[in-house]
Amino acid sequence: MEEFADIELTVNGEKIAKRVEARQHLVDFLRIELGLTGSHLGCEHGVCGACTVRVDGQIVRGCLMLAIQADGADVWTIEGVSDTGEIEDLQEAFIARNALQCGYCTPGMLLTAAEMMEAGRKMSRTEIREFLSGNYCRCTGYHAIVDAVETTMESRFGG
Amino acid sequence: MKAPRFAYIRPDSLDEVLALLAEHGDEARILAGGQSLMPTLNMRLSRPRVLVDINRIDALKGIGLENGTVRIGALARHAEVMGSDIVAGNLPLVADAMPHVAHVAIRNRGTFGGSIALADPAAELPAVVLALDAELVLASARGRRTVAARSFFNGLYETERGDDEILVETRIPALGPGYRSSFMELARRHGDFALAGVCCHARVDGGVLSDVRLAYFGSDDRPRLAAGASAAAEGKAWSGDVKEAVKDALGGDLDPIGNFHASAATRLHLARVLTGRALDRMVASG
Ligand SMILES: Cc1cc2nc3c(=O)[nH]c(=O)nc-3n(C[C@H](O)[C@H](O)[C@H](O)COP(=O)(O)OP(=O)(O)OC[C@H]3O[C@@H](n4cnc5c(N)ncnc54)[C@H](O)[C@@H]3O)c2cc1C
Ligand code: FES
Ligand code: FES
Repeated sequence: MEEFADIELTVNGEKIAKRVEARQHLVDFLRIELGLTGSHLGCEHGVCGACTVRVDGQIVRGCLMLAIQADGADVWTIEGVSDTGEIEDLQEAFIARNALQCGYCTPGMLLTAAEMMEAGRKMSRTEIREFLSGNYCRCTGYHAIVDAVETTMESRFGG
Repeated sequence: MKAPRFAYIRPDSLDEVLALLAEHGDEARILAGGQSLMPTLNMRLSRPRVLVDINRIDALKGIGLENGTVRIGALARHAEVMGSDIVAGNLPLVADAMPHVAHVAIRNRGTFGGSIALADPAAELPAVVLALDAELVLASARGRRTVAARSFFNGLYETERGDDEILVETRIPALGPGYRSSFMELARRHGDFALAGVCCHARVDGGVLSDVRLAYFGSDDRPRLAAGASAAAEGKAWSGDVKEAVKDALGGDLDPIGNFHASAATRLHLARVLTGRALDRMVASG
């Protein structure tokens, strides 16, 4: 039984092998060990969603998962999904609608919005709000974020 | 804040888990979805010496239907339960409750078993399993036992489960012929813990209710079956008078805990209003 372990995982498509402390959560690992500072920490207890990352195809709270638990996992952060161009249209819609001000919540919002696109259809504004309910934004008042997601769904899936 | 130091172990078999729990007792903590445990570690409200990660134990996974009973493995994630055809087809109360449990990212990790084992008084699932008269299967190095949900919840985060036991699965009777259910909750923000919530389950035959089970969350120190309110509806044809009688009786069943979210009186009032609406909807749903 150890307080440290060697882990191997894929981050943004790149294979990584590191020794980690058991108590280190995934976002500290990404930020401190890998220098990927796009994933943010707000509350560190699951409430704000600033730490949202994609693990094995699904969004999770990066502050509520240990790095050691990501051993063998496929992890994507905002840096990775920006580089692949997967969410370019979402990002442009966020800028066009002014759906970010300080930007602290934005990586989490974008990854959550990206998962919403998996539905493959345009959602109602109520559905969009429910899906985003786990992500706090202290600047925009959410309206513009819902607009940006809705616009992107319209252009991807039709009105 | 950052979690304190602990040792971490990720066994591959249930037997290994049971041996670890037997060895470490209350110094060990089971790590399932981590959606409740990790916040308490990050805030240093708990300091286990050993975390036993059960996430790779296949015996704890999956959802199945056998002889009229739905088996939900302890590790079934909230998102998996929410998307399950077996659950949608046989446990409408569970299906109705799931969208109220936390938010998408949390539902992707949080587990059914974790929610029952934790026994948060404001959580949906403990009240749901009470209303559905579920059975909980516990295992330890000493053997297996089955505990009725009705005898499982002892108090604030307190359950029948011993420190060396793990919840393996929840067994829930599929909705019987003539039975209906209804779920309602009030929360400040979608996905937040409830200010008041009710689960209704009953047989409805030509408007007459029988085998009525009303269970509440977001009220007392534990999920609560309301015996008096359920009895007030038992064998009655649903009407405005019966509704008032049920709401009245609820005052004798619940002992709400007031806090800065809502006072005890507000919670009781909200529980009463929700009960009337939920039963109206249940009776009308046929
Ligand atoms: C912001 C936020 C909002 C939330 N909102 C809600 C909500 O509205 N409704 C709701 O119900 N929940 C809510 N939750 C909690 C969430 O549903 C948790 O997933 C759930 O309560 C615990 O499940 P888990 O698998 O994450 O358990 P963990 O956090 O891994 O464990 C919780 C506790 O149960 C024990 N445990 C876990 N599994 C077992 C087992 N199989 N046998 C024995 N002991 C076990 C652990 O040792 C620990 O003490 C919320 C969480 C967050 C962070
Ligand atoms: S930092 Fe993870 S939810 Fe706030
Ligand atoms: S843009 Fe500042 S928190 Fe959302």
